[in-house]
Amino acid sequence: MAAKLILSMDGGIIKEYPLNKERMTIGRKAHNDIVIDNLAVSGEHAAIVTILNDSFLEDMDSTNGLEVNGKPTKKHFLQNNDVIEIGKYRLKYITDQITQTTPEDFEKTMVLRAPVKHEAAAPGASKAVETQSFMAAPAVSKPAIEIAEKTGKFEAPQTRVVTQPATPAKPAQPAVSASGEAPAGAQKQVAVVQVLTGPNAGKELELVKNLTTLGKPGLQVAVLTRRPHGFFITHVEGENFPLVNGRALTNQAHQLNEHDVIELAGIKMEFYFKG
Amino acid sequence: MKIAEALEIFSQTDPGMVRSHNEDSVACEPACGLVVLADGMGGYNAGEVASGIAVSVVVTEVSHRLQNSSPVDRVENSGEELGVSLLRDNIQKANASIFHAAQSQPQYAGMGTTIVSGLFYDDRVAVGHVGDSRMYRLRGEVLETITHDHSLLQEQLDSGMISVEDARLSKNKNLVTRAVGIDADVDSEIHVHDVLVGDIYLLCSDGLNDMVEDDDIQSTLYALQSNLPLAASQLIQMANDNGGRDNISVILIKVKGKFSVPRGWLAKLLNWFEK
Repeated sequence: MAAKLILSMDGGIIKEYPLNKERMTIGRKAHNDIVIDNLAVSGEHAAIVTILNDSFLEDMDSTNGLEVNGKPTKKHFLQNNDVIEIGKYRLKYITDQITQTTPEDFEKTMVLRAPVKHEAAAPGASKAVETQSFMAAPAVSKPAIEIAEKTGKFEAPQTRVVTQPATPAKPAQPAVSASGEAPAGAQKQVAVVQVLTGPNAGKELELVKNLTTLGKPGLQVAVLTRRPHGFFITHVEGENFPLVNGRALTNQAHQLNEHDVIELAGIKMEFYFKG
Repeated sequence: MKIAEALEIFSQTDPGMVRSHNEDSVACEPACGLVVLADGMGGYNAGEVASGIAVSVVVTEVSHRLQNSSPVDRVENSGEELGVSLLRDNIQKANASIFHAAQSQPQYAGMGTTIVSGLFYDDRVAVGHVGDSRMYRLRGEVLETITHDHSLLQEQLDSGMISVEDARLSKNKNLVTRAVGIDADVDSEIHVHDVLVGDIYLLCSDGLNDMVEDDDIQSTLYALQSNLPLAASQLIQMANDNGGRDNISVILIKVKGKFSVPRGWLAKLLNWFEK
């Protein structure tokens, strides 16, 4: 189902508009796709350009502007449940398209076939759509039209594959949040390596990055990696392998436990969580 | 320095966490400085077939031709360097054989593949690509994408329709605008870049760059450049830790020395005797 806009005022729903055209305009004048007959609304107030599953909102230099989720906006990439406000009117954007964070959306790659040799054919071919200058910045409008036009002729290619199983082979990593952040356990605490011996004894190094290297390049280097289920140490270079609690590492990554002592290039350091 | 000694090459491919089979193909031919990576698409095992054909055609044909000729030779008609025309011609050849296989066998109908290939010679690299598989270059601490995706999303980025931040939310990530084997002809993009000692090159399928931020790719390559196998497995592990929703393939190339082609009459004479 296509995405839609729900027009309301003072909490009362007025009408629903499916976004079934590449470009839909919002304004006071009667020729708009979504007409809001109110003097606070400009004749042509805004436009929504939809390319496949993505919709973009643009202010068409309206007198009173518009807000999305309470913020004044000129141009916005609409996300599910966004609220567009024009004067007293509210337009809620609803799309049941799965969002990028679900595995199904990583559907197999498809080919978007341009039916015409677009670069060469563009000037003539875009004639019909040239009147719809829907972008605020003129420099931007032309390539955008070409895209919109191309997508208009989008043919679902045979390569579209329905073989994706209803449920993925393995559940998609419940430990990982959508943003790729460390899980709750590791998030609250900061992992730290404290130097125990040598000239830098007492110095603390907070492991805030996904990857932290320790040691001297060319001599001995190890890397500490942050993963969803904890921190790991791996040997990178050098003849000698680092020791953890007195035992040399193998070629494999080794998970660190609290208060493990790492020995690298003659320096001892302790791994622990702070806070 | 001979090309095989000047470059250190390592490749790895992984089905990821969700897909049951791997539709990516990779191949390296260190003797002539050639690396090829392809990400296939199509039903059943057609994706694997397409990427497999693409990689084997390019590797076999290019390395065969380079046994008796040098990539800096000029092609008679066009005056183009042989290295460049070999990539273009053989991507075209791969395109033809995939297209014919798809036409003649119903189970392969509509199959296609992306491709990214690099031919290192004379202190340069010729890069040929089609679709959204990428080549990155780490020079010093700076990571750059040296290919330009042939995808709808990239076109939207280029036209200014969508910002880099918004691009992550796009639901149109999996649409490529060009692919090998879909039509009778393919338009491959080929550029030649200068190569410096110390550069690290990364070829990858979108299973990596869709799941791992460029910043994390940069820090991994930078921190682990002394150990390519570890860098490759770290990249794949990060993609899998973030969900691993697609197959992940990487080829890493480290430039350890200069590999300019000897010039001048003496070198040519010696070269002639060697044959």
